Amino acid sequence: METRIYKKENSLSFFKILKESLNDVVGSRFLARQLAERDIKAQYRQSYLGVIWAFIMPITTAIVWIFLSSSGTVQLSDTGISYPVYVFSGTLIWSIFKEALTMPTASTNGARGLLSKINFPKEALILSGIYKMLFNSVFKIGLLFILMLIYKVSFSLTMLLFPVGLLVLILLGVAVGLILTPFSMLYKDIGKVINLVMSFFMYVTPVVYAVPSNGLMKTFMELNPLTYVIGITRDMLFNGTFAYLNIYILIVMLCLPVLMLGLVWYRLSIPVIVERLSA
Amino acid sequence: MTEGELLLKVENVSKKFCKDLKTSLWYGIKDLISGVSSSNKERILRPKEFWAVKDINFELKRGECLGLIGHNGAGKSTLLKILNGLIKPDSGQVTIKGRVGALIELGAGFNPILSGRENIYNNGAILGFTRKEIDDKLEDIIDFAEIREFIDMPVQNYSSGMKVRLGFAVAAQMEPDVLIIDEVLAVGDLGFTLKCFKTIDTILPNTAVVFVSHSMPMVSRICNKIILMENGEPKYVGEDIGEGIDKYYSRFTNNNSNVVFDDNSLTLDSFKIKTESVINGFPVINWGGNLKLDINFTTKIKKETFCIVIIISDKEQRPIAMLQESQFNSIENKSMRVLVDVSDLQLSKGLYNFNLVMKSGMTNEPRLRINNIGEFQVIHEKEVWQPFLLRATYDFIS
Repeated sequence: METRIYKKENSLSFFKILKESLNDVVGSRFLARQLAERDIKAQYRQSYLGVIWAFIMPITTAIVWIFLSSSGTVQLSDTGISYPVYVFSGTLIWSIFKEALTMPTASTNGARGLLSKINFPKEALILSGIYKMLFNSVFKIGLLFILMLIYKVSFSLTMLLFPVGLLVLILLGVAVGLILTPFSMLYKDIGKVINLVMSFFMYVTPVVYAVPSNGLMKTFMELNPLTYVIGITRDMLFNGTFAYLNIYILIVMLCLPVLMLGLVWYRLSIPVIVERLSA
Repeated sequence: MTEGELLLKVENVSKKFCKDLKTSLWYGIKDLISGVSSSNKERILRPKEFWAVKDINFELKRGECLGLIGHNGAGKSTLLKILNGLIKPDSGQVTIKGRVGALIELGAGFNPILSGRENIYNNGAILGFTRKEIDDKLEDIIDFAEIREFIDMPVQNYSSGMKVRLGFAVAAQMEPDVLIIDEVLAVGDLGFTLKCFKTIDTILPNTAVVFVSHSMPMVSRICNKIILMENGEPKYVGEDIGEGIDKYYSRFTNNNSNVVFDDNSLTLDSFKIKTESVINGFPVINWGGNLKLDINFTTKIKKETFCIVIIISDKEQRPIAMLQESQFNSIENKSMRVLVDVSDLQLSKGLYNFNLVMKSGMTNEPRLRINNIGEFQVIHEKEVWQPFLLRATYDFIS
């Protein structure tokens, strides 16, 4: 029979906690799916436009930038592909990353009532958040592919890497998000700061325009690690230049340890959060 | 599954809480950091902190039921959260064996827009069932909740009773080794409550149960161990349920009689309870003894027939007995004295109080009603949760 011990000290080692955490991730697949299903169903059952809302954000951002560019309001450097596809793919990849970053906090916050009443594997919250993101992303990516057909983007083998690229993007966002979650659960300021920083970062990342060939902006963008993540992920779609691939690979390799750290940190901090915020 | 196996062990468990939100959040950040660095320090109170739970110790074997009682804010729910692993103790240790089930909130994870059937899956998943288990038990759950007709209706249109029934029906499918029950069963109608306790009765022999309740009859019915908490500390720990309950009640002794109704047709001058002995100013009577009342009052109106009704109620203000009534005729502004004699009082051990009602003998209209006019205690060696212990003789004819 399973024996559980609750006490103050965490005498367990990092790897033991990591193992427990991973076990719970695997063990809570049904719960995670159920929670994701519940939220998706509830979201769409109360709406006529339903899934269309998932498209509207990236489409509006894209339209704004297409207008800005075609009307000559802003002068942008050459993107290599037709601009609407560039903008749409950029905002899509960006929105997925941003969602991944804020998802752990949002999921945990959404389950506050549950956390203080019932003991269940908390990893299910993260997993269900990922499920929900994948569900929403599928529609957006479908739309992207339709757009790519319209603008006659030629097929390349690197496109097959795109799902992997997206997964890396999501895991990277979730990993950082997990580390921030305990703090942003305690203080609302953290969430606001993240939002602020992210809206600033969007303009120093090649989301709606490419890295310029010179100037201050070029320096900023090259200092920003997200430039490589977003850039390479998009290059997979359009068989781009894959510039700075080595930096991207370095970031991907860092992603795994950060994710593990995030999981352990999250697991350890949940009781503290519940204690301080028990609803 | 061996009988009497030790399933739950609680050693010196303490938990501190903070009175101030901003400070509490800051301590949270500190705890996050120190939690990772596995520090053993900080067993002492920091500024603005207090012990919400202090030095709780007990052991529970399979088949035992522990009643956890105490006033509001005594730390019962905090202790439950620690037992359930939701929060960590600040010192001490909890060891739990086997599957833990918690009836702290029924219907966790329900989404109001989704149907009852869908929500069975949501709730079941959170309670740790697999999809297959829920598939198998779905029909049982729907039958138990008695809502087959409405099972495909959104839960937001359910009455609160229906929601609770559905939640309990799912939770009742758990087969826990350790079961933690908070005040959830207080809601719902009588039929539901009876059903809940029937279910718990069947689970009880194979489970170690921790039961939090404010209903003392319920506690004395199902528990065989008791902890009385007061301000986080254990005030009484033991197997004498009666003593624990008496201590709990003694916290609420109030000698304030309250006049519920008075139309000034008579005034009460005194109401004395005369018993064999008085301990600490408290009338005490042995079981089967005689009780005398000495009542003095003045009538204000003339020529009316009054009827005296005296009701005995228990500590929870439930009326449990009434003395035979008597009538008298009033004379204006005349003091009157009545001696009432009750012999062979067979109330069971405990604290009781009197309510006095003066009614018009003709119309039955109340003239004066005073609740909690006097308290007395009945002493007997046997603890019974029923209000009466009736003298009986048995003749065994083999």
